[in-house]
Amino acid sequence: MKEHFKKNAHQYRLLGLLVILMLVMGALAPGKFLTVRNFKNMGFQMAEFGILAIGMSVVIMTGGINLSIVNSAMLASIVSAMAMRALYNGGEGMADIPVILIGLLITIAVAIVCGAINGFFVAYIGVLPILVTLGTQTVFDGISLNITRGSGVSGFPKLFQQIGAGTLGEIPYTILIYIVVIVVAYLMIERSRWGISIYMVGGNEKATRFSGINTKKTVMGVYIFSAVAAGLAGILMTSRYNSAKADYGSSYTMQAVAATVLGGTSINGGSGHVLGTVIAVAIIQVISSGFNILKINRNFTDIATGLILVGVLAMNHFLAKGASRRIRAEVK
Amino acid sequence: MVKQNGSDVFISLKNVSKTFPGVKALTDINFDVRKGEVHGLIGENGAGKSTLIKVLAGVHQPDPGAEIIIDGERVEQLTPTESMRRGIMVIYQDFSLFPTLTVKENIAFSEQIDKKRRIINWKEIEETSKRALGILGVDIDLNAKLGSLSTAKQQLVAIARALVYDAKLLVMDEPTSALSSGEVQHLFKIMNDLKARGLGIIFISHKLDELFAICDRMSVIRDGHYIGMRNNGETTTGEIIAMMVGREIVEEHVGGTNIGDVILEVKGISKRGNYDDVSFKLRKGEVLGITGLVGAGRTETVRALFGLNPPESGEMILEGKHINPKSPAEAQALGIAFVPESRLTEGLVLQQDAESNITLSILKNFVKGGLLDFKARNKRAVELIEQLNVKPPYPAMQISKFSGGNQQKVVVAKWLATNPKVLIVDEPTNGIDIGAKTEIHALLRRLADEGMAVIMVSSELPEILSISDRVLVMRRGRINGEFDGATATQEAIMEKAVMAGGGKGATA
Repeated sequence: MKEHFKKNAHQYRLLGLLVILMLVMGALAPGKFLTVRNFKNMGFQMAEFGILAIGMSVVIMTGGINLSIVNSAMLASIVSAMAMRALYNGGEGMADIPVILIGLLITIAVAIVCGAINGFFVAYIGVLPILVTLGTQTVFDGISLNITRGSGVSGFPKLFQQIGAGTLGEIPYTILIYIVVIVVAYLMIERSRWGISIYMVGGNEKATRFSGINTKKTVMGVYIFSAVAAGLAGILMTSRYNSAKADYGSSYTMQAVAATVLGGTSINGGSGHVLGTVIAVAIIQVISSGFNILKINRNFTDIATGLILVGVLAMNHFLAKGASRRIRAEVK
Repeated sequence: MVKQNGSDVFISLKNVSKTFPGVKALTDINFDVRKGEVHGLIGENGAGKSTLIKVLAGVHQPDPGAEIIIDGERVEQLTPTESMRRGIMVIYQDFSLFPTLTVKENIAFSEQIDKKRRIINWKEIEETSKRALGILGVDIDLNAKLGSLSTAKQQLVAIARALVYDAKLLVMDEPTSALSSGEVQHLFKIMNDLKARGLGIIFISHKLDELFAICDRMSVIRDGHYIGMRNNGETTTGEIIAMMVGREIVEEHVGGTNIGDVILEVKGISKRGNYDDVSFKLRKGEVLGITGLVGAGRTETVRALFGLNPPESGEMILEGKHINPKSPAEAQALGIAFVPESRLTEGLVLQQDAESNITLSILKNFVKGGLLDFKARNKRAVELIEQLNVKPPYPAMQISKFSGGNQQKVVVAKWLATNPKVLIVDEPTNGIDIGAKTEIHALLRRLADEGMAVIMVSSELPEILSISDRVLVMRRGRINGEFDGATATQEAIMEKAVMAGGGKGATA
């Protein structure tokens, strides 16, 4: 038990911070923040960002980064939206359900292609992840802009909006989807052979390869996983906005990196937990919703998020230093 | 040429010792270099040559009680700046140059910094570098990027840079290791020219033929001790080899008790620049030692078996089947295991715990219903830790916190877990203490006696002789000699490692 707390100290610290922030917000905006309505709102918004952040985390765990994550999400969404619009044809074409199912499949398929392109260049050609994904960011974005001429794509079945806007009782579907993603991601990353290989590759690719693990395949899988997460987030965004557009969600890219690092994943790879990222996403959401309710300018949300990120990382650094001093003292 | 009078001594070291935590790297070194001589410094890997150079360069401060006299003046504390100011220039094996800058920038930038120029004087750079290369009598394009030059030319640039500093003593650390024989002759000519200009040169090498070709005097160090000095022409290679290997007591030879059929046969494998027409047979129950100087192609050869450095031609036959692994994963599937030379960069994932590292090669054994069975993994890790006597026996402790010897045991355990048919270990006791060393030797011997086939690559002759049933000696990518482990001597092996001349036939 003690071992468990020690190993996950960072996540418990974050959880504490989350609770404190919620109480503070609740006190500052009595009757507004700690309400079902606000939590429902947060739920709608948090899921797409959270899923993207998980997709970012898994790449960062290998020591890489995925700067084209949002762009692959939007490219997949746009292609799928265009297909759905054509198939639905303003109600004249196919029925709702088949159109939506085909749309979902296309989103995931396009996302996987995007991920495989990133993965191929990183794992098999050996180009630095930051360069590959910076390049594909522009490529994916360029294709999106070209096929849409920069405007939004809409005109799909009404039912599709239910994914992003519907609820089960008071619980948004998006939150249910988010929870499923969290559980699956946790099992795949922290409980499977592939997942353990991710940490090992992030720690020392050479030693892992020398241990008979196909590290190229592992890394390829990571970029595809990331892209599938992007595709799911794209579906939620398209549904919530009832359209797909090249520049939706563009601020999410760096925020997802921030959430990953705040969540305890080392930017150098080799460590991190899915739940850490999830809690970090919740913290960012609480700040953003709270400030919104308090009518504080949106820009301050970014400032506050940034300060918390730097503050938590500095604290971790000093706590780790203190711990190693204590260990050294014990040894003496 | 060599006066016996003390006035032409440039530098002399008296009672220089250097202690690192837990290791005495140098013990009471007394050594001098004269102006206008080439002084050979000889010793096996790990004898203390590098530490001695670093003392000269001011990088390491010797233990108290040492005396360093340069040009008749006692130097209280030799710092890197002081060392350079007095004209001691070290040319390291990697040259310490900037591959992305041009030749002239490499040669003369430091002069600009010394002169505290705020704006670079390009004309001065051009002149200085021309002059320096002129002294060497070589013609290299001043505007070529250093990285685009051959190793030999880069080396000349490094020497030119030293001359800009008004070098009085040039220390050259294995300068010929990457040169062709023509380039070596050219370098020797330049060294003779510099010598005639009154420069002292310390020439570090293990290649005896070269040392005898260029040196005026030769000093041998071994295990951090200064063994002695000989004038060239008054000694023989035999005497120098005897000085290098010493007469130290070696671990008693323990031979195999259960040597069986040939399991692996390597037939004439070659890869340009790596290994050349290498053939050998390996039997079950046998420990095959492979030795030679660093860079002789030993590591490159065994890596070929592990899919890391596949041959361009030749055959590898394991249990009667041709094999050609292209990756460690394929080699592992064939039953080949490899403990690499550098456990820190190739053997371990340092930020992970012992358990994750020890089970990395057998992760797939713990997959149950798509997920990992962590309980089973922990159980196996505990077993392996116990089996190899890893201390402390904590699977959850971060691997970087274990001692070198115990880290090495973890790497070995990781591979034993796969039940290999052929276990290859590369410098298995590099940098670990004597206790762990003995344990690892005993373990390798026992594994062989239990039927495994073991290949051990090592530079340490006592280690090679202690447990090898047969010893292969490599030189310049080829097998230059083969010995029976029970009767081989260090002198005989060293001779094959440093001197040209075919062995007693390349195959068993």
